[in-house]
Amino acid sequence: MAEQVLAADGRPLKASLNRALRRQKMRALMLIAPLLLFILVSFVMPIADMLFRSVENQIVGETLPRTVVELADWDAAGEAEPDAAVFEALARDLAIAVEEKSHTRLGSRLNYELTGVSSLFRKTGRSVDEIGETVQDALEDAAPIWKERSVFGGLLGTDDWTNAVDAWDETGTGPAFEARPEMQAVLPDTTSLYRSFTEIAMEAGDNPLTEKQLPIFFHVLAQEVTTAPTDGLSDAQAALFADVQTTVAGLTLDDPKALFVDIDEDWGSTDVWRTIQTYSPAYTDGYFLNSVDRLKGAEGAELRPENERIYITLFIRTMIMSFTITVSCILLGYPIAWLLANLPARKANLLMILVLLPFWTSLLVRTSAWKVLLQQQGVINDVLVWIGFVADDSRLQLINNQTGTIIAMTHILLPFMILPLYSVMQTIPPSYLRAAKSLGATNWTAFWRVYFPQSIPGIGAGSILVFILSIGYYITPEIVGGTKGVFISNRIAYHISSSLNWGLAAALGAILLAIVLIFYWAYDRIVGIDNVKLG
Amino acid sequence: MKLTTKLMASSALVIAPLAAGADGHMADEMTIVSWGGAYSASQQAAYHDPYAENTGVTIINDESSAEAVAKLRAMNEAGNVTWDVVDVVASDAIRLCDEGLALEIDADTQLADGDDGSKASDDFGDLLVSDCFIPQIVYSTTVGYRTDLVGDTAPTEICALFDTDTYPGMRSLEKRPINNLEWALICDGVANEDVYDVLETEEGQAQAFAKLDTIKDSVVWWSAGADTPQLLADGEVIMGSTYNGRLFSLIEEQDQPVAMLWDAQVFDLDGWIIPTGLTPEREARALDYVKFATDTQRLADQAKYISYGPARASSAPLVGQHATLGIDMAPHMPTDPANATNTFLYNYEWWADYRDDLDAKFQAWLSQ
Repeated sequence: MAEQVLAADGRPLKASLNRALRRQKMRALMLIAPLLLFILVSFVMPIADMLFRSVENQIVGETLPRTVVELADWDAAGEAEPDAAVFEALARDLAIAVEEKSHTRLGSRLNYELTGVSSLFRKTGRSVDEIGETVQDALEDAAPIWKERSVFGGLLGTDDWTNAVDAWDETGTGPAFEARPEMQAVLPDTTSLYRSFTEIAMEAGDNPLTEKQLPIFFHVLAQEVTTAPTDGLSDAQAALFADVQTTVAGLTLDDPKALFVDIDEDWGSTDVWRTIQTYSPAYTDGYFLNSVDRLKGAEGAELRPENERIYITLFIRTMIMSFTITVSCILLGYPIAWLLANLPARKANLLMILVLLPFWTSLLVRTSAWKVLLQQQGVINDVLVWIGFVADDSRLQLINNQTGTIIAMTHILLPFMILPLYSVMQTIPPSYLRAAKSLGATNWTAFWRVYFPQSIPGIGAGSILVFILSIGYYITPEIVGGTKGVFISNRIAYHISSSLNWGLAAALGAILLAIVLIFYWAYDRIVGIDNVKLG
Repeated sequence: MKLTTKLMASSALVIAPLAAGADGHMADEMTIVSWGGAYSASQQAAYHDPYAENTGVTIINDESSAEAVAKLRAMNEAGNVTWDVVDVVASDAIRLCDEGLALEIDADTQLADGDDGSKASDDFGDLLVSDCFIPQIVYSTTVGYRTDLVGDTAPTEICALFDTDTYPGMRSLEKRPINNLEWALICDGVANEDVYDVLETEEGQAQAFAKLDTIKDSVVWWSAGADTPQLLADGEVIMGSTYNGRLFSLIEEQDQPVAMLWDAQVFDLDGWIIPTGLTPEREARALDYVKFATDTQRLADQAKYISYGPARASSAPLVGQHATLGIDMAPHMPTDPANATNTFLYNYEWWADYRDDLDAKFQAWLSQ
């Protein structure tokens, strides 16, 4: 058996070596840790967070938890609106949501899918506290105790909890609601509703025992108390129940369905309900469908009406124009890079400054300068008219269209093509060209067969830089692109800052990111990323 | 790859808590967010300077009003609101109020009474379009035209925009459906009061787009308020829509051969909101500031610097002369009776519902 090689300290050499290497790796990791942490916190996490928004849809389930459960069995394909139980659940959810002011957010969310839902929720939210007023008035007339704001807290919450709330200084998170077990058993719905209410009140820093009671509590109490068994209750509780039963016995309870349909007849149609049902799950592909001009219909994804299709056009346009810009950059940048690499040092340096100066100038300044140059009463048109190339009344349309975007962006991205090309060309020994010529090649053959192949890594590096940069550009197209020269990123910016449809913006961004990765992968397969030289 | 767009919102979520450690809000500093340019300058002179003098508070200006709603949303999610008072248009104030991102204000108890003794709620009147909105100015989107390029008969009506026979040449319009669809319908024979009823139907929308189709090839679409004045000054367009204050500055301050068309001017409101989630001290100071900055005299003072109408009825008689030009400001106000013969108040609530839908259609129409 071969003897193990031992290190000086008596350990096996292999283990000792591993340990030393591990220590080295740890040290290296510690050196890059600040940067890694910075990138994680400021770059990876925000992107991940933003991309997550493209599928996130918890808002419906969180705002309307009871409605979503009741609505699950409703037949969306049928003609009939949901039954009374769904409206009952909606009344409870909405009463809580209004207290939390979350119904308007949900309205805006669903308005992305169905026009008019936003105002429907706002309008309904204003009247939802009418439900329960009948019972509330009757009970308050029957016994003054119902006027007290702490009545539901005392009835449903344990003494420990009410004491804790009284002692609470209304900062930080308040004491979590604890239900009396016997009440939880006989009045489950009222208790659950009151629990939600306490959470919202305490979140806002309010004492739930001194907040105005919601009429919906009385409504739900009246429904439950008529059927509730009284065994397990104390005598006082049973007596209270009996009183409530007597008071509500002769009453006609408020009908949420009638009220909602009265507020807006849209509640009686199936469209709104179908939208709520379709978007009940916590995650949705709706934003991604929207990003490719589709929508969630009754039977899966379907194409949007023709006058709303825009995103596929924009994606294709972004690709084609970015490609055009890349090609123009190659055509314009290659000769300059060649000059830079082959002129005597002094002249090359001067030329280099001319390339770098615009590179260091503000993007907005350069774009605005193109505006002055390209517009119809601008410098270029003036010169063309002056030399008689175009007539004064038919000046060229060079801006606010695709031409404008391509010209301005080619100029702005040109340094990203020239610099990698230059650094690659610098490494090509001039003797190769001389050798080719001495062997009888013409100038063209020497360039095409000897020089050009060696400069391809520079073209590759420049192209991938320019192409990927231009795909995500939005300031320049916004300023000089008019309507036909804008990119998909302009819509992303619009949805982030104006329409606030962050889900859609995130989905569009995710698709754009995926496209870039696919191009990168394809590029790696065809050219090989190892062949890319930046210097 | 340029990730700025996607990062904009979410990096605020991440960076805001980091910045929270070094909370820049000293006891006597407040950050006021507005639109920048001549407008912010008018606020500086009319409100900030006197307020700072009275109280010793240092006011930090932030020019982010255009993205105010998105940024306030992000700040709210991050749990760290760094703004104290924000200048927004009324529709944004409504959205912020709806989302619970703006503080509800009781005009009568929290704002100053008018100089003429009227209660604040009466003084502002209908302009209190939301519980969170503290109105400041009335401005309008209207049309300016080059006097030397429109021929012998100067336009007097909004429909000159659509009349390419009499007024051939390019026009500039805002790159969004709001205002353009309304004007298109008005010029297609729909009465002012029926515009939104018509626009609610598919046929009405098609009618508006068909009308816009007739001038589509002669329109330059703008997205920044400074675009139309620049295009007019360069002679790139013969007429175009923009905010009346911008046209005032172009005509009176820069002396360009441009005139204004008040017909069918679309009224809009701009004012303050106070974000929710401020500490009690900051909230109290913000309330103190807006009470000062929206009293009768202060609102009238702002009109010395820019031609936007004060939101209080009681300020109107106090509007005087321009601070440097020395001309009377009253005839340049959108609210002046001579200018306000045919006005259009755009329907905030209606647009809140139809914004997404019509924007998609408008963008699709643009790119066709």
